[in-house]
Amino acid sequence: MSFPWAQEYKPKHPLMQWFDERLPLPRLVYNSVGAGYPTPRNLNYFWNFGSLAGLALVIQIVTGVVLAMHYYSTVDGAFNSVEHIMRNVNSGWLIRYAHMNGASFFFIVVYIHMFRGLYFGSYKAPREMIWLLGVVIFLLMMATGFLGYVLPWGQMSFWAAQVITGFFSAIPLVGEPLRQWLLGGFAPDQATLSRFFSLHYLLPFVIAGVIILHIWALHIPGSSNPTGVPVKKEEDTVPFHPYYTAKDGFGVGVFLIAFVIMTFFAPNFMGHPDNYIPANPLSTPAHIVPEWYYWPFYAILRAFTVDFGIPFTGIVIIPAKLMGVLAMFGSILLFFFLPWLDTSPVRSGHYRPLFKKFFWFGLIPSVIILSICGVMEATTTWLILAQISGAYYFAHFLIILPLISRIEKPLPLPGSITEAVTGKPLKEAAA
Amino acid sequence: MRKPAEPAVAKEAAVAAVEEPRRRDFIHIATVSFAGVGTAAAAVPMLTQMSASADVRALASIEVDVSAIEPGQAIKTMWRKQPVFVSRLTPEKIAEAKKDDNAPMRDPQTLEERTLPNREEWLVMLAVCTHLGCVPTGAAQGEPKGDFDGYFCPCHGSHYDVAGRIRKGPAPTNLVVPEELSFVSDTVIKIG
Repeated sequence: MSFPWAQEYKPKHPLMQWFDERLPLPRLVYNSVGAGYPTPRNLNYFWNFGSLAGLALVIQIVTGVVLAMHYYSTVDGAFNSVEHIMRNVNSGWLIRYAHMNGASFFFIVVYIHMFRGLYFGSYKAPREMIWLLGVVIFLLMMATGFLGYVLPWGQMSFWAAQVITGFFSAIPLVGEPLRQWLLGGFAPDQATLSRFFSLHYLLPFVIAGVIILHIWALHIPGSSNPTGVPVKKEEDTVPFHPYYTAKDGFGVGVFLIAFVIMTFFAPNFMGHPDNYIPANPLSTPAHIVPEWYYWPFYAILRAFTVDFGIPFTGIVIIPAKLMGVLAMFGSILLFFFLPWLDTSPVRSGHYRPLFKKFFWFGLIPSVIILSICGVMEATTTWLILAQISGAYYFAHFLIILPLISRIEKPLPLPGSITEAVTGKPLKEAAA
Repeated sequence: MRKPAEPAVAKEAAVAAVEEPRRRDFIHIATVSFAGVGTAAAAVPMLTQMSASADVRALASIEVDVSAIEPGQAIKTMWRKQPVFVSRLTPEKIAEAKKDDNAPMRDPQTLEERTLPNREEWLVMLAVCTHLGCVPTGAAQGEPKGDFDGYFCPCHGSHYDVAGRIRKGPAPTNLVVPEELSFVSDTVIKIG
């Protein structure tokens, strides 16, 4: 682990030395986020978003633990207890709004973190395991976000529970029993709410555990960098502390400013007014949409309107419903295969002219269009747009990436990180 | 005084010469199997506790008084915590539904198959879209009825016809007619 020139931990205070000899926790911190972790000297601001995601998780856990002290997980009490938090609990409104918007900000920073990984090829060898663990964290986050959204037991909460557990009913044979098992009944009810609360409290700690593995895996090869050229000599690196603790700290300041602006001035901007109506199992809101961070996946789910079968015979192989559900899960699960789909040895998109074109003019627009389709009503125009951009999304990962990895002629890479930064080649070792 | 080394070596060789499987292998496999079966048995209650509890399952049957429903009207009621449409079709709607009996459909069914014998004006269906479970609109006055003058699911755009049959959109099957459906008297329907 780490580079041979990494500084060794030498406790200055005898108390720290005493502590470190008995439990080497100070050493672990020093080697992970201290001066003992040499980091590429050229990391740009896209490399801030990992630590920001960690901060977002801490905000969610702290505010969430406090909310749980005032929340009742009963179908009769849940909605009222959330209103009680908003109106009566001292600073309750602030804590709840921070938790609500904290979820959105968690997804914002994680999406930028993933964007960074996709553009700079951070998923490539030897960092595949970091990427795979990241996809696991993303899936856990999506599950946690959904479970939490159900807890206020408003109209959107209830129908989100109904629709999302409905995904499982698409599975042949075991689907409906599985759905009833997940719900603990025939429709979302008390059993559902209680178990969702329990799991919503549990999963963030599971996420924290997987993050530890994610960082552990990161510290084996060390961070990648915007050129994608590996670290060669000590001149290519700076110690994490104070260089990146300071840079990450600056990012934290910017993040918190944006976060409190939303929390104080537009707390419901990313929410939905229908969720301030108590759950009514007899009436679905006229236009149900998930939270913004699920829009692209929701659009893929809805894009399948015809059964997949043998034409003109009426034989159905995969019904439209199952296709939609499979495609939606598939759109995330294909990230697990990404390190082996993109076989180009060049990591950074900077040096990949073809990749760069498809990335900016293909993948990014298709995800944006899918997001818009996900929030719009399911009319023909939007469905067709979702079908086209959804098709591109899959083609990008499954066809285009493997293909351009083969035919593309990458631009010349800099000889080293130092050369990319200073313009002068890395000095050969004096010896 | 230490014993000479040879007997120990000889003993090891003798142990190695014992035929496989050894007694110890048997003990290992038996122990792990016992623990495995025990763990699997302990997992059963941990999994079945998630299924519908006895009080939820006990709500399985309801009776609905339909005497106040005029032709062309429909009501929503609850059965097993799920909404149910009870609608009384007008002769025109019955004709419209029958006209489509042989139209191309994803889940072909005739109106006769979806109603009780001699009671074809009474259409009782779960008001649960077979796609992902939203409540379709179209039962009450003025609600969107979709492209086939029946029901429309606002969530993902499934269109059902007068008889609740899926005609367009992602839903895989027709709106479910409860199997356990009967008339207690001319004005009372029993579901479940």
